[in-house]
Amino acid sequence: MRTEAIAWADVIPSPVYLDAATAAPLHPVARQALLAALDDGWADPDRLYTQARRARQLLDAARAAAAETLGVRPDELSFTASGTTAAHAAVLGGLVGRRRIGGGLVHSAIEHSAVLHAAEQHVARGGTAAGIPVDRLGRLDLDAWSEAVAGPGVALAALIAASHEVGTVQPVEAAAAACADAGVPLYVDAAQVVGRMPVPAGWSVLSASARKWGGPPGVGLLVVRKGTRWESPWPADEHESGRTPGVVNLPAVVAAAASLRAAAADAAAEAARLSPLVERIRARVVAEVPDVEVVGDPDHRLPHLVTFSCLYVDGEALLHALDRRGFAVSSGSSCTSSTLRPSHVLEAMGVLSHGNVRVSLHRGTTEADVARFLAELPGIVADLRAQAGVVGL
Amino acid sequence: MTAPDEVLDCLGQRCPLPVIALARRLPSLPVGAVVRVLADDPAAAVDIPAWCRMRGQEFLAATSSPDHTPAYDVRRVH
Repeated sequence: MRTEAIAWADVIPSPVYLDAATAAPLHPVARQALLAALDDGWADPDRLYTQARRARQLLDAARAAAAETLGVRPDELSFTASGTTAAHAAVLGGLVGRRRIGGGLVHSAIEHSAVLHAAEQHVARGGTAAGIPVDRLGRLDLDAWSEAVAGPGVALAALIAASHEVGTVQPVEAAAAACADAGVPLYVDAAQVVGRMPVPAGWSVLSASARKWGGPPGVGLLVVRKGTRWESPWPADEHESGRTPGVVNLPAVVAAAASLRAAAADAAAEAARLSPLVERIRARVVAEVPDVEVVGDPDHRLPHLVTFSCLYVDGEALLHALDRRGFAVSSGSSCTSSTLRPSHVLEAMGVLSHGNVRVSLHRGTTEADVARFLAELPGIVADLRAQAGVVGL
Repeated sequence: MTAPDEVLDCLGQRCPLPVIALARRLPSLPVGAVVRVLADDPAAAVDIPAWCRMRGQEFLAATSSPDHTPAYDVRRVH
């Protein structure tokens, strides 16, 4: 029986999950906190009875913990139903709050689609939006940014802290200084940095997403600093200081806050462990897969994320081939998106968009996982190229 | 805009097929020749210039034929 089991293991590879930038596996602290909070977290924290007071205590403690981790005041932080909801609220609320100044939104060309969709709605309602270009490495054009935010009628500027698609860390503090000079509040989408690296200073509004740091899905963070002219873009509602409507998913919020504290405490050590693994992927992919382009800034980058594109390879076919070998990754190639458009991030950078793979590591990723991925990738790409008849082109 | 030496009709093809068609055809033309790739997959707008950069060929321009078909002109440099 034992020999059979070993033979079986050779046929079906053990799964290697490498898509933490979409959702990291649940942190053990999140799981523990979630289970513990289920018994007390069902009541409405706003009611005036014993069960509600217990729920209120849990919510207040979660808010205090998350605020302390981010270095903000508890009353500046609201929990939302997702990172996307937080991003929508950040953009639209920042624009509503300063509508008397004007209807201008300035954002980088590589914002998350949640930010761009909010911008589209703003434009459809008569506002304007200016997308600031990035260079081939995905770095914001600071001169163009500074000029744009200093223009007339700019209500809000939006900048992603680090690209969720290619890992390039943006010059947030310099961009924030330009905003401060122009008197324009800066919204930072910090989804990929919260719980992984220090959040840069200088922003007025910030959003994050719990599932990126190992919290449960369905919890976002929205932080609005004191003195920021921000108004909720939603219909009036008393929850979460009126910033986001509806009662929060309290057990999930408790789990999110507990795991954020745990992830932030380990962040430096994890970055030191994962960054060399990313470096190894960057180097080995280029050395061992012909005609591949590793994209994103090689130095100023997230510690856990690497993206590359394989010439002549269909991105969807590559994802499926990797999945058959047990590897879960994501892609910015058009064939893998529901809209059949290439990633706007790769487009803005002017880098190859087909055959694209994003690998993102998490606290459960081992050196052996990365080694097996690197051992199998060249053969998988070579097989796909052979099947497509593009070898030697 | 000069007339291309050859036109590759890749309409209806999804990336990477237009890039593959270009990579197959360009080396068989003389140095200096211009190929126009007709491709309506939006990824072609990114991937054809990127291929030219990776292969050291010259991406001339994204053009548009009279019926607004997206087209990309590439010159063989080497």
